[in-house]
Amino acid sequence: MASDNADLQRIADQEYQYGFVTDIDSDQIPPGLNEETVRHISAKKNEPDWMLDFRLKAFRRFSEMLEEQADPTWAMVDYPKINYQDIIYYSAPKTEAVLESLDEVDPELLRTYDKLGISLAEQKRLSGVKVAVDAVFDSVSVATTFKSELESKGIIFCSFSEAVQEHPDLIKKYLGSVVPYSDNFFACLNSAVFSDGSFAYIPKGVKCPMELSTYFRINSAGTGQFERTLLVADEGASVSYLEGCTAPMRDENQLHAAVVELVALDDAEIKYSTVQNWYPGDKNGVGGIYNFVTKRGACRGRRSKISWTQVETGSAITWKYPSCLLQGDESIGEFYSVAMTNNRQQADTGTKMIHIGKNTRSTIISKGISAGQGQQSYRGLVKVGRKAEGARNYSQCDSLLLGDQCGAHTFPYLEIENQASTVEHEATTSKISEDQLFYCQQRGLSEEDSISMIVNGFCKEVLRELPMEFAVEAQNLLSVSLEGSVG
Amino acid sequence: MLEIKNLFAQVDDKEILSGIDLNIGAGEVHAIMGPNGSGKSTLSNVLAGRAGYEVTGGSVTFEGKNLLDMDPEIRAREGIFLAFQYPAEIPGVSNDYFLKASLNAVRSHRGESELDAMDFLEISREKMKQVEMPDDLMSRAINEGFSGGEKKRNEVLQMLLLEPKMCVLDETDSGLDIDALRVVAEGVNALRNESRSMLVITHYQRLLEYIVPDKVHVLSGGRIVRTGGSELALELEEKGYGWIEAST
Repeated sequence: MASDNADLQRIADQEYQYGFVTDIDSDQIPPGLNEETVRHISAKKNEPDWMLDFRLKAFRRFSEMLEEQADPTWAMVDYPKINYQDIIYYSAPKTEAVLESLDEVDPELLRTYDKLGISLAEQKRLSGVKVAVDAVFDSVSVATTFKSELESKGIIFCSFSEAVQEHPDLIKKYLGSVVPYSDNFFACLNSAVFSDGSFAYIPKGVKCPMELSTYFRINSAGTGQFERTLLVADEGASVSYLEGCTAPMRDENQLHAAVVELVALDDAEIKYSTVQNWYPGDKNGVGGIYNFVTKRGACRGRRSKISWTQVETGSAITWKYPSCLLQGDESIGEFYSVAMTNNRQQADTGTKMIHIGKNTRSTIISKGISAGQGQQSYRGLVKVGRKAEGARNYSQCDSLLLGDQCGAHTFPYLEIENQASTVEHEATTSKISEDQLFYCQQRGLSEEDSISMIVNGFCKEVLRELPMEFAVEAQNLLSVSLEGSVG
Repeated sequence: MLEIKNLFAQVDDKEILSGIDLNIGAGEVHAIMGPNGSGKSTLSNVLAGRAGYEVTGGSVTFEGKNLLDMDPEIRAREGIFLAFQYPAEIPGVSNDYFLKASLNAVRSHRGESELDAMDFLEISREKMKQVEMPDDLMSRAINEGFSGGEKKRNEVLQMLLLEPKMCVLDETDSGLDIDALRVVAEGVNALRNESRSMLVITHYQRLLEYIVPDKVHVLSGGRIVRTGGSELALELEEKGYGWIEAST
């Protein structure tokens, strides 16, 4: 097997595919965080007073939190203390003027997104499926495609900054309504310094005719990315939203602290899919993104539905719990997750399903894969409120271990205040068995292909929830992320 | 085809094979019989290259090449097929996806073009009929929830698809009722030809009524202690393994 090990080592040493840096002039503010920084960001965006007030309130609360205890310590992740004064809070590619059309986007940026496999040209992809893309580069949105086609249906899809200018009533109504600025440490920081992100509004009764997606790219050194996504599906509306992310390889850790808020009104449905592939750091744990993200959806209306699907393979540290507030009667929340940690990656991820309305239902399927010295925890809360009669939850948490130096942990929390409800929880931890591996190899498959096939099989219940195009990407990503994990 | 010379092997530092000599020519079917613990399954695992089975002496040559130097998947692609006694279950991976990947791995090693989904479907349907396998077993996860008989049929189906040069059947008859045994044996017999060799490992003579071997070897204490024609199997059945052990 000696030659095999050499092969595996070679593959393990392969570089992260998206680790390049785009050479482009940026408009940056100096590192550091104070009230001036917040005012500066707001001024750059020419924001109305109400937006600045929101930021300042968040900043003041964040300053208090920073004095009290700084970062939350309950998650099972370990990292050196972050100095929030060392971070650059705003970095944007320099542009001459406001862009009138996609043709005016800097060709260097277009090439960057091409290299990432994201087409900003308004053409159908090979599969014949249209996907509208909002491209966020460091702190700003650089392009949004298919806007006019969407507008004809009354759908708003634009950068967050544009929405603040063009649709202030919607922003005022929904911003912070699901994740209040004071919700948690990182959400609070985000509320103070967020620079851009995506906004979508699907009007009453409209089924969005194409997938909406945001592609996040961190480029500049020393910057943090703090974006904000807000999706609102009005009564009877439905939308499927995709999110992808990559970053260059650097020896330093970079902070990504995003907030995503979803609102579904009566009979509305939102499907939110993420393939997270931030730079994970090298195999010794140097560099990589700290992905500290707050995602929450409110099923505000009756029979509304929010479904989170995530495939998390990147980041040095992942800290995120996409959650559902099941407020409307008969509303449905779903969480399907695959999280993979290889080398020295750490992940503490899971969900919260808060049952408030009657006959609300939730499903949690979590698949964790640990390889190398990766450490990962599933942390999930199922809460059934006093009035949530007939609420039902089913949770299934499976962990797969590759090798003997990694770890998997499960922390389920249950808070049941209504006895007329049903909550089920199942958990398993397993290893890829030598029997399975040998069986595949005896049928001619290489060791790597065998492991990749077994892991994909393990994740099948989650992968099948992804939109077609994403599912293929996710499968490939799982294989790539596993490379070098055996031998 | 397969030449085993003075083969020694151990598992967990315990010697199991103690000098096996065996030559199987092209087109020949050999049976290995022996009591529990005589080393039958160890021999099949050593041939297929399973981790944990350490060869401590001797050599194995397959079509003139040193088999022991090859990784398990290379042995498989070169044409060694092991029909498992206990086929592994792999949740979430459908049988047809797996078989197609396997067939294409073997085909590309042989320098043949890979099959697309339609070609594969056509070929696999035909082979499934041969082993009387219901359609839905193809879309189910590999061996998961299969009955004992279905698992063994699935092994023979794979053998029919991959068309190996050397088939090693490890106690393929265990756990089969008489009807399933007949189907499995017919599948195996359909593969017999002048160039394909087989090594049939079994505890009982029953299987050899259906798959009639050219030679029968009796394994005991990690060595071949007797070799004969197919009549040896009948003699064993009559007199029991005690007869061999007493006479060696």
